[in-house]
Amino acid sequence: MPAFPSLTRRHLLGGAALAASQGAIGSARAAGKFTVGFIYVGTRNDYGYNQAHAEGAAAVRKMPGVVVVEQERVPETVAVGNAMQGMVQLDGASLLFPTSYGYYDPFVLKAAKADPAVTFLHCGGLWKAGQPLNAHSYFGYIDEAVYLSGVVAAHSSKTRKFGFVAAKPIPQVLRNINAFTLGAQSVQPSITTQVIFTGDWFLPVREAEATNSLADQGCDVITCHVDSPKVVIETAEKRGLFTTGYHTNQMVLAPKGYLTGAEWDWPSLYPRLVRSAMAKQPIPNMLRGGFHSGFVRSSPYNPIVPAAARKQADAIRARFLAGNVAIFKGPIQDNKGSTVIAAGTVLDEHDVTLEQMNYLVAGVAGSVS
Amino acid sequence: MRLARGIEAALPPVLALLATAVLFAAFLGLSGTDPRAAYGLIWLGAFGTAFSWQNTLLRAAPLLLTGLCTALPAQLGLVIIGGEGAFVLGALAAAAVGLKLAATGMAPVGIDGAMALAAMAAGGVVIALSGALRHWRGVNETISSLLLAYIAIAVMNQLVEGVLRDPASLNKPSTRALPDALMLGAIPTGSLPISVHVGLLFGLIACLLAYGLIFHTTFGFATRMVGGNLRAARMAGLPVGRLILIVTALGGAAAGLAGMVEVAAVQGAASADIAAGYGFTGILVAFLARQNPLAIIPVAVLLGGIDASGGLLEQRLDLPDATIQVLRGLLFLSLLTVEALQGRLRLAELLRWRRAPAVAQAVNATVSGP
Amino acid sequence: MNAGAALGWWGVPLAVFAGAIRVSTPFLFVSLGEVITEKSGRINLGLEGTLVMGAMAGYAIAYLTLSPWLGVLAAGLAGLALGLLHGGICALPRVNDTAVGIALMLFGTGLAFYLGKPFIAPKAPGLPAIDLGFWSASPQVRAALQINVLFFIGLACAPLLGWGLRHTGIGLTLRMVGESADAARAMGRSPVRVRLLATGFGGCMAGIGGCFLSLGYPGSWNEGLSSGQGITAVALVIFARWRPMACLGASLLFGGAGALGPALQSVGVSGFYHLFNAAPYILTLAILILASRPDRMLGGAPGELSITK
Repeated sequence: MPAFPSLTRRHLLGGAALAASQGAIGSARAAGKFTVGFIYVGTRNDYGYNQAHAEGAAAVRKMPGVVVVEQERVPETVAVGNAMQGMVQLDGASLLFPTSYGYYDPFVLKAAKADPAVTFLHCGGLWKAGQPLNAHSYFGYIDEAVYLSGVVAAHSSKTRKFGFVAAKPIPQVLRNINAFTLGAQSVQPSITTQVIFTGDWFLPVREAEATNSLADQGCDVITCHVDSPKVVIETAEKRGLFTTGYHTNQMVLAPKGYLTGAEWDWPSLYPRLVRSAMAKQPIPNMLRGGFHSGFVRSSPYNPIVPAAARKQADAIRARFLAGNVAIFKGPIQDNKGSTVIAAGTVLDEHDVTLEQMNYLVAGVAGSVS
Repeated sequence: MRLARGIEAALPPVLALLATAVLFAAFLGLSGTDPRAAYGLIWLGAFGTAFSWQNTLLRAAPLLLTGLCTALPAQLGLVIIGGEGAFVLGALAAAAVGLKLAATGMAPVGIDGAMALAAMAAGGVVIALSGALRHWRGVNETISSLLLAYIAIAVMNQLVEGVLRDPASLNKPSTRALPDALMLGAIPTGSLPISVHVGLLFGLIACLLAYGLIFHTTFGFATRMVGGNLRAARMAGLPVGRLILIVTALGGAAAGLAGMVEVAAVQGAASADIAAGYGFTGILVAFLARQNPLAIIPVAVLLGGIDASGGLLEQRLDLPDATIQVLRGLLFLSLLTVEALQGRLRLAELLRWRRAPAVAQAVNATVSGP
Repeated sequence: MNAGAALGWWGVPLAVFAGAIRVSTPFLFVSLGEVITEKSGRINLGLEGTLVMGAMAGYAIAYLTLSPWLGVLAAGLAGLALGLLHGGICALPRVNDTAVGIALMLFGTGLAFYLGKPFIAPKAPGLPAIDLGFWSASPQVRAALQINVLFFIGLACAPLLGWGLRHTGIGLTLRMVGESADAARAMGRSPVRVRLLATGFGGCMAGIGGCFLSLGYPGSWNEGLSSGQGITAVALVIFARWRPMACLGASLLFGGAGALGPALQSVGVSGFYHLFNAAPYILTLAILILASRPDRMLGGAPGELSITK
């Protein structure tokens, strides 16, 4: 595929009008500036996945010599390919953050092949050997923070039933459900988690219904893995339940019941990545990290979180930071009674078998198919 | 005579475009944006550079086919808005058949052909179902086709996450990826720095074929007769039920083929991303083209261009992404209004040649029939 | 915190009942408004756009004025404006009301998304709920009987509109225009004006139905708020045979069907959840097929209505 030189045929294609309009509008291709493009799959202020990235973009925007261009609600179709190319060709972007998991294959791969001079930093952790070297994919071990949420919530729960509103039964989501349950069970082994899958990443009415169903089943702690946790957190607050957040901090939505939450720490990571790219320092193609490398963080505790819970969670966080604790260590049984991690086996966070998780651990009510 | 006809048919869309331009400029002005800057960017993003053309044509390609899904049944007087359902089922069928046959070692061209046929069959069946329900049960086809689209999307999700799921598609449930040999290539463009997949050609050919079928065959004449006056068509002994089945199936087949192209030229596998709204945009394309298969071509390119420029408006003028949607809505409303006013204000009369009124009336009657 | 004992399988009927009430309100308002519109002989498929516009306008005004009721008013007015736009364009000669509806669906949602961008993040005050469950010791029952005021307004509207259609002069005029425009004209009534007002009323109701989503349940504004409730409600009118009381029943049925998927999962029935979630659409289609007849016009269908001709 040719790398389309942007203005080669401008005389054929109305170049005069183009030149005039570009002068009038003022392109973002400002002299000597480093342009970084961010592409989101949803709305930037969704109190969720996209807002977490936009907060990272806001931190990048503050850097001297950097211009940020953004585009939101870009579907995982040719639209994202065109958005990336547009940012490169028309805005002069040299670094792109296509932030949705589904952008990677085939769109980021194709764009990276076509524009070797542009650096692509994709969120999802999908890069494999043999793929373009200017394509990079990063992801956080957010299950560490979700595990801590489970620990904290276990101290507050009376009914010992947790509810989890999830989008789809995919490994990332299952890993969070399991980490949440294991964290809670590390405090109180009799805790169980009820899961409801809504079927998609953003379905407000169904998420509210799922939350209410969980409340009706006696769950008193609710968390979720959907793109925008806003509806789940607000609905649970109305039902007087405890919640733990996801993606960003949702404390303002539920000041009474929001205990803590698992957040992406993109405002810490993105300026570091942009600085490396500007200095032309190498960036690994595959980037993973948890608390230890500043990829994830926990929301500040609600004042109602008891001291014992804080103390225990802080101690575990210190061990995550030091890198000497594993969430998934045998023996672990799934909820059908078969052993999925044998006694004595410890899967640390980097272990690839965790990326293929297709089970729910004992104590989780729900099914993966 | 032909020129008069052309002017007559093209007048409403042109007037509607002008009216939209004025309304949209006022809308932008009211919300504090310089309309000139916005129009400059729309031009730049849609047609200003080679890259913009590529962007525009890539977005227009599926619209050519999904537009037919509404335009063909419209000849019968049916309003089908469920092209999205035919699109996703077409994509699903294409992926399933392609993966099955790839294992047999059949020649890639043959497999692609089988995928296209499967996609057209799947899309055709779901839209023909709406047509059949209309004819034999009296169920409103507009609503049934939309409900079927929602159901088709649910079925697609269920299959892509269930039996058709590639166990290796971890966090984005998809079917297995099609082998590279099955992926549709780009149209050879010589030295032009534009790369657009052959799906665009499928769309262009389908529009031409549909035009020929509707306006230059007895079958097409019969179809338009059903749309013009059902009772007269019945009295003339036309097989109304069969016509409805065939034409709705053809419309659905077009949208199904667009789904196949999305899988075999863009996504490489079927996943929830297939349901991206091309089917719904096709409705707008068909109405703007006044249900004329040939007019779908420029309209699809125009809408593709408007879509393609959305990113620039957002980045440079800080306009919301829905700006494009407002523009589309205004365009649609303007066209319907202008078409109606045309009769009342006799705008056309001013441009009509003195000897042509009879022809013009005939054209008017055809175009605004349903 | 007030979580009680688990309900187990009893949770399913309770969830369906509570869901029926929570989820049905938008369906109820949109379908009641559309009954009036269709009784005048016109169909407005654009109510999906109107619903979304109402959701946005209601939320924005409630946030800016701190009054949810001013939000409801704004939603009604926004809906009225879109309804009148539909009625106005359709008053022109040779206009297809279905096409105008589709155009307004696009325009309404586009406009709502455009203007609603700044209101996604802030929190607007919600509509109050009436606590009818005070007698129960079960928190689940109490929660299920926390019923939003708008639901009661919709509940009251259904018989009122049914009665009005049958027993008032306005109702008679409306039905006459819907049955035969020529006859109405002969009686000195203007079909154009009646239809304009009827479409305006339908839009107003749809706008209010929309603001239930943003100010009632789930109670916030964003672009994914409606998943086709507006268009489904139009289908519902046909299946309710243009009777307001039947719209009430149909809306409750739909709300319940929507709550079924999550409720079944909460007790462990988790296979085929996509298909369970599509239950409302499957149900509508099935009922439309059963309720329609090829050889005769649908009972209760207005004679001038384009979709049943």
